[in-house]
Amino acid sequence: MNFNFNEDQAAFRDSVARFLMVEAAPEKLREIWQTGDGRSPALRVALAELGLTALSVPEAEGGLGLGDVDWALITQQLGYFAIPDSLADTACLASGLLAGLPAEHEARAAWLPRIVDGSARIAVGHPVNPWVADAHLADLLLMPHAVEGGIEWHGLAPEQVQLTACPSIDGSRRLAAVQWTPSPATRLCDAATGQRLADELLDRAALAVAGQLLGLAQRMLDLGVDYAAQRKQFGKPIGSFQAIKHQLADVVTLIEFAKPVLYRAAAALAADEPGRAARVSHAKLACAEAAWTAARKSIQVHGAMGYTWEVDLQMFMKRAWALDAAWGDRAFHKARLGDALLDGDALPLGPGATFN
Amino acid sequence: MDLTYTPQQQAFRAEVRDWLARHVPREPFASYDTREGFEQHRAWEATLAGAGYSSVTWPRELGGRGCDLTEWLIFEEEYAAADAPQRVNQNGILLLGPTLMEFGTPAQKARFLPRMARCEDMFAQGWSEPNAGSDMAAITSRAIRDGDEYVINGQKTWSTRAVFANWMFGLFRSDPASSRHHGLSYLLVPLDAPGVTIRPITALNGKQAFAEVFFDDVRVPAEHRIGEEGQGWHVAMATAGFERGLLLRSPARYQRTAQKLVQLYRRHRRSADRDPGIREAVLRAWMGAEAYTLASYHTVARLAAGASIGAEASTNKIFWSELDLQMHETAMRILGARAEYLPGAPDAESADWLEGFLFAQAGPIYAGSNEIQRNIIAERLLGLPK
Repeated sequence: MNFNFNEDQAAFRDSVARFLMVEAAPEKLREIWQTGDGRSPALRVALAELGLTALSVPEAEGGLGLGDVDWALITQQLGYFAIPDSLADTACLASGLLAGLPAEHEARAAWLPRIVDGSARIAVGHPVNPWVADAHLADLLLMPHAVEGGIEWHGLAPEQVQLTACPSIDGSRRLAAVQWTPSPATRLCDAATGQRLADELLDRAALAVAGQLLGLAQRMLDLGVDYAAQRKQFGKPIGSFQAIKHQLADVVTLIEFAKPVLYRAAAALAADEPGRAARVSHAKLACAEAAWTAARKSIQVHGAMGYTWEVDLQMFMKRAWALDAAWGDRAFHKARLGDALLDGDALPLGPGATFN
Repeated sequence: MDLTYTPQQQAFRAEVRDWLARHVPREPFASYDTREGFEQHRAWEATLAGAGYSSVTWPRELGGRGCDLTEWLIFEEEYAAADAPQRVNQNGILLLGPTLMEFGTPAQKARFLPRMARCEDMFAQGWSEPNAGSDMAAITSRAIRDGDEYVINGQKTWSTRAVFANWMFGLFRSDPASSRHHGLSYLLVPLDAPGVTIRPITALNGKQAFAEVFFDDVRVPAEHRIGEEGQGWHVAMATAGFERGLLLRSPARYQRTAQKLVQLYRRHRRSADRDPGIREAVLRAWMGAEAYTLASYHTVARLAAGASIGAEASTNKIFWSELDLQMHETAMRILGARAEYLPGAPDAESADWLEGFLFAQAGPIYAGSNEIQRNIIAERLLGLPK
């Protein structure tokens, strides 16, 4: 029993953090927001050089063969720096989906090495989302098609889809509704395999979002603390007033008690435990509450400045508000947890049941 | 990360489960805030001590089991799952014991720890005074050195277990010219010493849960001082740290309560679902208990890797006290018009929830109010100015 990450995992997290601190500084985010594509090809190349795109790809296909537990550390960094890139969609979700296809499947050989070297962007759809992220730049779109007996997955080239942009309040998100027609030529797998892949994808994606939400909560807390320490009223820093202190302290507690929930869910996903879905929903709800609360408290601490375009807080709040409902909104995850816990017996209850 | 138990840990769990199945009393005890219940709980603690289970994290030579913190979590899980009696000796085993191990002389350890482990000496807390509550450094009770003794005058209050205990540990001002957290000394005081007057305070559940303790020229040998003279604040803060930290509220009891709440909801589902908020409240209770458990395992792993618990302990205190309140409030909502019933009313299932609901009211207040904890988090973890 050891609930710690090892030194390699922590060192990798630290190297990602050091890189993003420079390359995804708030002023750079603002520049990228203003571009039409909303994406920096240079940033994606650099993220690939860092090894991030290779993380989930099996070693046989040139990747690092790491997994969901490693991502739980990395996604927090992606959130903390609010990177203007749906990196996790390609590097974590698409690679997981493709790696779930049979070993000899040609789509694996065609795409997994390109994920590793950073030359491919892959957009991933799911019935739980009305949109697909970064479809406008995708070299490949992986789209679900509901049929009797489950969900088929189809691989589509950009020219095989029609996109309708769905502008988001988060200036760095690029969402689109995707229209396409399934055909035997685009089909990647049958409905039974595809349903299993779709379920796993949903949990993996919800967890990636949860990690980002937790990172965002920490960032908004840090911004609030910085502002409260420097802004003076009544002759002293506003951070010396208990009314301010207590709001920020509550965010600390929410973050501290969401983090191990995230890690436990990542382990459940990696080991495909029976309670996987419920634990992922718990993590998504806990991290979303931390982020949503951090946004509310931090803007309150910032006062009127928090309501401006000029102060960086807005970028992180908007990402948090957007991700709150991505890959399953709160209603979805509460309903799923309630089904498992109150109506079913997918989760063992009581002392001693936390670690199977 | 390895989230499996070792064969040794599994064997320990099996051993504890088996022992508890054979020893946990079938009939519930009276409240330990009554004379009868106090003696029942004390006898149970002695039974636990006989098997080394009264203080599993203590070294074997002091009457414990030498367990690491993961084994402690396992013990607590089995203990809560067995619905074994509440622990009457927490003041000694969890608060004073670790302080003695860190600051006590070899003679003090030999004198007090084995008797404490066997529950032969029971300790009350002596922190708060009428004008020193959240502002604990405002203590005015004096312990003035006179040769080999201290002479104590003053008053303590909200002294948990003082009605039935035979010892008190607490802070007294040994330097009359000092102020705030300087010049305090940490003393052990026998409550049967001449000049000690104990006046029980009746809590809102009608039980004598704590007491006012008056000192009138009470003489205590200097060898009952823990740590250096004038360093009592430092010693007491270590005790307060243990209290707020990991050990005082093991996660297992909250998991047990959450489990019972889910069962209560299932039994009363038809009426409970009339309030659309109840189902979500039950989910929140389970999520909170699970998060608290996971956070405890996470802390244990960090401690094992060499980290120490500092102000993070304050987040723990806020979390468990608010969780306890939330769970019992939810139970009261489910029980509806029967929630107010005392034992003896026709529907017996409500009495435990009501007792727990009353006790939960105290959680955000004792062991350092949650407002004080939020100050600690803001100042020590976030670095905000005083």
